[in-house]
Amino acid sequence: MRLDFDSEQPIYIQLAEAIEDDILKGILPEETQVPSTTELSVMLKINPATARKGVNLLVDEGILYKKRGVGMFVARGALRRIKKKRRAEFYQSFVLPLLAEAQKLDVSMGELIEMIERGLPDEQD
Amino acid sequence: MSRIELRALSKRYGQNPALNQLDLTLEGQKIYGLLGRNGAGKTTLLNLITSKTHPTAGAITIDGEPVWENDAVLGRVFYMTEANLYPGPLRVREAMKWTAQFYPGFRMDYAEELARRFGLDTKKRVKELSTGYSSIFKAILALASGAEIVLLDEPVLGLDANHREMLYREILANYIDEPKTVIISTHLIDEVADILEEVVIIDKGRVILHRPVEELLESAYAVSGESSRVDQYIQGRNCLSEERLQNFKSVIILDGAPDRALAKSLDLEIGRPELQKLFIALTNS
Repeated sequence: MRLDFDSEQPIYIQLAEAIEDDILKGILPEETQVPSTTELSVMLKINPATARKGVNLLVDEGILYKKRGVGMFVARGALRRIKKKRRAEFYQSFVLPLLAEAQKLDVSMGELIEMIERGLPDEQD
Repeated sequence: MSRIELRALSKRYGQNPALNQLDLTLEGQKIYGLLGRNGAGKTTLLNLITSKTHPTAGAITIDGEPVWENDAVLGRVFYMTEANLYPGPLRVREAMKWTAQFYPGFRMDYAEELARRFGLDTKKRVKELSTGYSSIFKAILALASGAEIVLLDEPVLGLDANHREMLYREILANYIDEPKTVIISTHLIDEVADILEEVVIIDKGRVILHRPVEELLESAYAVSGESSRVDQYIQGRNCLSEERLQNFKSVIILDGAPDRALAKSLDLEIGRPELQKLFIALTNS
């Protein structure tokens, strides 16, 4: 789990996204235990209140859940929920900045589409 | 709860005012950053809280009790000073035992474990320690003291990067294990920014800002772009500082949400300043 301390995002949101990324990559599969806020705080050198806020964000969204006296776990269906949420943000976070940069550099729509196709993995057969 | 209250606190050294009618309330049980430029009054403030010096005017209380020569209250506070005030011939282990006499909550086993982890030789005499190990020695006493309030004045002075990281982690682990009030006074703002819950900035003997770090960072933003357009944007806004390079200008604005539509129409970039940048902007006058 890594945080980018130069990012414009508040640390607790970065933490929530870093946990989501680990879930997306399969590092934290559904129904497995995630590190405690204490462990996160010490490992990432962030205030425990910040760590708690980041984790609670994911609890509120149903991505993590608490087992009383045991700890925090990845909820069943978390992967699907994260993908759904990230897809909804995809246009705003990735497509619009891409278009803005393309415009700055006079990259035409045709060139842009050609570049996207070049970047796609080869289709099988 | 270890609530620290400073009311209209002034301290003069001869004609020089070190603190000037300073007011500050710390609710306690948090990690606070005490930031200020050289000579801003940070160490004077810590000396006053621990009754090492008498205020010229004003009141200092902990949980409502005046601190002046109040051993019962002062026994709840451990102060790691920047200067090494331990007698030179004293050995590290003796200093630990000595601290345990004054702080009944002192954990000798924990102090020894920390000494091992940091590679501090407890048989050495205090005067034989390098600057870095002198800091480690004092920080270990502070962390193991069991005090409810721990004041750390420049705790990482002379520490290498590895030991600084270890110490920041230990401060966090210690705070989570035994919730307490920790006040860290430091110039290394970038390094401590994320471990702090609240920040207190003092300048010329007064508190100029006291807020939760996260709230502060969320209430500040930077705007940059072509100068005349930046000037147009900052009309009527609380602009802290500006940096110029020919036709380019970057400013930091405190309080108020960015007007993204306006910024976009003026072709300006909006970004987030770090705590250190904000500190410089706030104290640069």
